Amino acid sequence: MKHCLNTITALALAVVAAPALAALNVFATVPEWGALATELGGDKVNVYTATNALQDPHHVEAKPSLIARARSADLIVATGAELEIGWLPLVTQQAGNPKIQPGKPGYFEAARYVSMLEKPARLDRSEGDVHPGGNPHIQTDPRNIGRVAGPLAARLAELDPPNAAFYQARHKAFADRWTTAIANWEKQAAPLRGAPILVQHKAFTYLEAWLGLTEVAALEPKPGVEPTTAHLTAVLATLQRQPVKMVIRAAYQSGRASEWVAERAKINAVALPFTVGGDEAAKDLYGLFDDTIARLLTGAQ
Amino acid sequence: MTRNLAASAAFAVALLATSAAQQAQAAAEADLAQIREEIRQMKENYEARIQALESRLKDAETRATNSAVTQTAPAPVAPTMATVATAPPATASETVTAPSASAPAAGGISAFNPAISAVLQGVYANLSQDPTKYAIHGFVPSGDIAPAKRGFSIAESELALSASVDDKFAANLIFSLAPDNSVEVEEAYGIFTAAPNGFAPKFGRFLSAIGYLNDQHQHVWDFFDAPLPYQAFLGGQFKSDGLQLKWVAPTETFLEFGGEIGDGSSFPGTDRNKNGIGSGAVYVHAGGDIGTSNSWRAGLSYLQLRPNERLYAQDDLAGNSAQLAFSGKSRLAIADFVWKWAPNGNAISTNFKLQGEYFWRKENGDLTYDADGALRLTSTSDYASRQRGWYVDGVYQFMPSWRVGARYDRLATGSVNYGANGIYLAQDSFDPQRYSLMLDYTPSEFSRFRVQWQQSKIRPDLTDNQLFVQYILTLGAHGAHKF
Repeated sequence: MKHCLNTITALALAVVAAPALAALNVFATVPEWGALATELGGDKVNVYTATNALQDPHHVEAKPSLIARARSADLIVATGAELEIGWLPLVTQQAGNPKIQPGKPGYFEAARYVSMLEKPARLDRSEGDVHPGGNPHIQTDPRNIGRVAGPLAARLAELDPPNAAFYQARHKAFADRWTTAIANWEKQAAPLRGAPILVQHKAFTYLEAWLGLTEVAALEPKPGVEPTTAHLTAVLATLQRQPVKMVIRAAYQSGRASEWVAERAKINAVALPFTVGGDEAAKDLYGLFDDTIARLLTGAQ
Repeated sequence: MTRNLAASAAFAVALLATSAAQQAQAAAEADLAQIREEIRQMKENYEARIQALESRLKDAETRATNSAVTQTAPAPVAPTMATVATAPPATASETVTAPSASAPAAGGISAFNPAISAVLQGVYANLSQDPTKYAIHGFVPSGDIAPAKRGFSIAESELALSASVDDKFAANLIFSLAPDNSVEVEEAYGIFTAAPNGFAPKFGRFLSAIGYLNDQHQHVWDFFDAPLPYQAFLGGQFKSDGLQLKWVAPTETFLEFGGEIGDGSSFPGTDRNKNGIGSGAVYVHAGGDIGTSNSWRAGLSYLQLRPNERLYAQDDLAGNSAQLAFSGKSRLAIADFVWKWAPNGNAISTNFKLQGEYFWRKENGDLTYDADGALRLTSTSDYASRQRGWYVDGVYQFMPSWRVGARYDRLATGSVNYGANGIYLAQDSFDPQRYSLMLDYTPSEFSRFRVQWQQSKIRPDLTDNQLFVQYILTLGAHGAHKF
């Protein structure tokens, strides 16, 4: 009995003491912001990533595990632009944590700090699962990650003032390294400029804008709508007029439609990691773009 | 305009640089560094503002031409990519304004309109038994639980408004529009969002969080109708006007404790015309993930009410329709479990869901028997019942948009003790049960079509073969993906 009581006391203490060890609990909705928070926060942050690269970020449920993690979070780092509209509002509402409510310093939306593309001029669900704020897949352009890094480091500093200088220094180091890396990627990807491609989902708008790729068509008839045979046939007809080298998709998407088109059009089907953890090589933000460029170069051959 | 701004920004920066230089002569080396840093920050600020203006200009141009459905223009490339990437973090989050706000532009008096969504439903029902005589044998009639009328009908439509009230509250209002043209306030509640330490208070009218299915709206169910135990013990779904307080434990495994107090006027309770609390509920929910592919939630709930003169009709041993009234205590316990599987947690292509709930109900108090409803022969005596029920269902998505499901429901009449009224009322043992199969097609998140067939044996010697073809359409604000 006494032993039992001791164990309970120890457990209770562990529960109370655990959050105090790491300075900031960061809840990242998608892997890229988890990776960025780790780059900027180092061991001063305890990062939890709510989804993995093999999950479609549009279709996540407000699982009990997410509510439990949001309960103890000091900062939510989300993409915003309605990417997480289906589950994040429910999680923040049920977590009983006033720090991470929208509008509070503990709620950070990356999309606020980049120029959004594909803002629909006409908002209607007949256009598919369109996002009023623009295409939310901003992380496919590394310059956007650079743009988010500054505000995110500032936010970490705001929430954890004693370590403000630490976050600033980490950000400075990251920004320098990132700028060099971007220059290298741009050099490597120079042959891709102007290359015509097909995409499965309209998830690569920012990548295309960065590298100068030309999107000839999307396999999804409307964003978020599963490819149909009729639409794929129409895409094949388009390819007669505008040949492409490859069709690209995100790691979380089924390869069926891509491979169907690739086989018939004799082009390469390329699965890009899309975010950190999307494949073996995309272990961190640097690996993500190293691998993305390498796969695009292979696909363009 | 952009050029003008850029010029004035450059001028401002130059001006500051000059003044900084003048000060530097007098200042120490440390001051110099600090001033440089400030200039850098100001420069960055101006750049951000210019960018914002540029992007606004671009938006305006796009709107003016309005030729394409979507704007596919290339990104407004930042003036110098390196500067943006290496810009030092701003001192406060507010100073880094968005180059382009991600929120959709809304203006005028509609800017603060709540999010509105509507759900439309319709059904074609083919029933081998008359739905107007629908009753679960051996169980107290629980109100409006009959299946849809035969043939075509619209099912319940729903209209929902939700918004933040201020920095401390959010609120939801949900109307239910019945096919008979009546309107009901399905839910109307406020949430205190600023509560600290894991507390989430809710107040108003709301679906109780007991069990798993109870607080889910009918249009998100995996089957057209509620499981038999929900029909028999809760009249479909239990809601009350009152208060709810939940507390989420600060643990990695989800652990939630909750309690509710309310008026207890909906079945199995009655309106009591009394001050104080009419119903009370407590529950605990636990949940988590196992690996990346499995998630689960389990719960235990307890609901207690005090119905007063709960009236219903039942055939007595003589075959007359007798009027019965129950006053006493009604207690219900529920154990629920749900498990969801999706490969790597990605439910798009295939996924599986298994859910089940077990109900125990105990009622004791006084039962008044009135032979012909005219109060000529009445008899009041002790009443006690112990009844049980459960259901289990599984739903499998075998390819994108397509799911199949099967469900089995069963109730146990258990023991019903009419006391002295036992001479008028039969106590038999008959266990109602039902088998259901469904197939649904979900072209997008906002529409679903379903075919459901079921065989219902809820009255002795009668089998009801039921076929439902149902549609669910959702308009407006994006719905929540509840677990």
